[in-house]
Amino acid sequence: MNLFDLFVGPFVSYGFMSRALVGAVVIALSAAPVGVFLMLRRMSLSGDAMAHAILPGAGVGFLIAGLEILPMTLGGFAAGLIVALLAGLVSRLTIQREDTSLAAFYLISLALGVMLVSLRGSSVDLMHVLFGTVLALNNDALIMIGTVATISLTALALIWRPLVAECLDPNFLRSVSGAGQPVHLIFLALVVLNLVGGFQALGTLLAVGLMMLPAAAARFWVQRLEALCLVAIGIGVASSYLGLLLSYHLSVPSGPAIILVAGAIYLLSLLIGNRGVIRTRLVPPRHRIA
Amino acid sequence: MRALLATFSLALLTGTALAAPIPVVASFSILGDMVKQVGGDRVSVTTIVGANADTHVYEPKPQDAVVLGTAKAFFVNGLGFEGWFDRLVEATGFKGEVVTASAGVATHTMDEDGEKITDPHAWQSLTNGKLYVANIAKGLCAVDAEGCPSYESNAAAYSAQLGALDAEVKAAIAAVPETERKVITTHDAFGYFAEAYGVTFMAPEGVSTESEASAADVARLIDQVKAASVKALFVENMSDPRLVEQIAAETGAKLGGALYSDALSEPGEGAATYLDMFRHNIGLLAPALEGK
Repeated sequence: MNLFDLFVGPFVSYGFMSRALVGAVVIALSAAPVGVFLMLRRMSLSGDAMAHAILPGAGVGFLIAGLEILPMTLGGFAAGLIVALLAGLVSRLTIQREDTSLAAFYLISLALGVMLVSLRGSSVDLMHVLFGTVLALNNDALIMIGTVATISLTALALIWRPLVAECLDPNFLRSVSGAGQPVHLIFLALVVLNLVGGFQALGTLLAVGLMMLPAAAARFWVQRLEALCLVAIGIGVASSYLGLLLSYHLSVPSGPAIILVAGAIYLLSLLIGNRGVIRTRLVPPRHRIA
Repeated sequence: MRALLATFSLALLTGTALAAPIPVVASFSILGDMVKQVGGDRVSVTTIVGANADTHVYEPKPQDAVVLGTAKAFFVNGLGFEGWFDRLVEATGFKGEVVTASAGVATHTMDEDGEKITDPHAWQSLTNGKLYVANIAKGLCAVDAEGCPSYESNAAAYSAQLGALDAEVKAAIAAVPETERKVITTHDAFGYFAEAYGVTFMAPEGVSTESEASAADVARLIDQVKAASVKALFVENMSDPRLVEQIAAETGAKLGGALYSDALSEPGEGAATYLDMFRHNIGLLAPALEGK
């Protein structure tokens, strides 16, 4: 098998492979910067929490319209948004920190969802209908991911400066501008948007994985925020490409393959990255300031 | 006027003289429908495994034991289809007649999870269906000799309907060129249909409902569909319907609807009787084979 067949062939011969690559790359582009901010704000586990928080929304969508994708997705998005916004508000207006308030609200949401679904009486697994797989991206799903990515990247570009200020020194921002609260809530909305869109198109593992793992790995290489975002995007794109190739050549499930490649990159970065274990611990350190 | 009065009182008398319908039990919906057709008003049929339910994995409930306790006859498919009926009969101490509808059917083997077992789905061939009807009539006669003439005439009429439908199905398949009578489906229940009507049912390679599909599996399936130039894809049990749509879009194969194999549908869904089920299936298969 020549190099072309190994690295390019599958994407050229099969439509579903090229669509999977496009879908995963777009999500990587969109979710990685959001993941970087989540990581810096110590909210890395919120992605997983959000996956559970959207259940009552999907449940309400199911109760109203049956097993239809659009109502359930919209319901899930609404529920995720409500949970994220409430968590954000509580953390800003009370002594509770963001991670705790998110944990509290997602648990309430999950329990509500389970109860709503069991009221209907059927044993249908809603989540199976709601969560997709990267190999099954039809035109609607691609358009949806594209829209999510566009909105997310544009919004991030618009709120970049106040968002960074809000993350770094919220008190300072509060003293010079009132942009802190709305920007924070917009950011949470972007998190939910990326996650719900990602779930619907690619499944939980891929959506959360491509958001957090590249950001976590990038931390071991660079320091500046813009560089972190770019390196995270790069790692996300590389993981998608290599993961899909592995899934094709070694006949392993594609979602886990992509995430395991990202995980391997993370472990490698942990060991040999600029700020990884070897460089910082085993090599005698130069006088570092930061 | 007097004639009217006479017929009226005669009708009343015969009404009260008629015995209550004989309670019988059928193991699953297709069999239940056939027993109803043959038995008519003389029997009251209770079906254990109802519409859209899976008989292979059914677990009998206490109510089933209660129903069996009062029944005079228990109609089962046999051939290993109902793994649970032996225990149910034993547990209830059922003393009535157990009628195996598939007695006398020429069977073949199929592959189930790597093992070779007898294929129990014999009703998928209408010729076997006629055999079922004959066995059911015999069974009902054994339980209720008085009603035997009515059972035999019902059975004859029903068999005639089955025969007519058999000819229709054969004609529909004959309209399709022989090289194109291929279908891919995850159902492994159409062995007898394939034998009787000359359609090849292929199994999709590698894609199962239990595990997540890998890119290689999907690619293999697409290659298989393209190589065999199969036009019809009936894989609705796969975990993700969107994946099936993708495969259909890429291969140009038409995605079939829902085929009914092991159970009837609810009334109103289009496949609520044995005849309707067959008509529904062939209604989906024939145009799909022709590539419409």
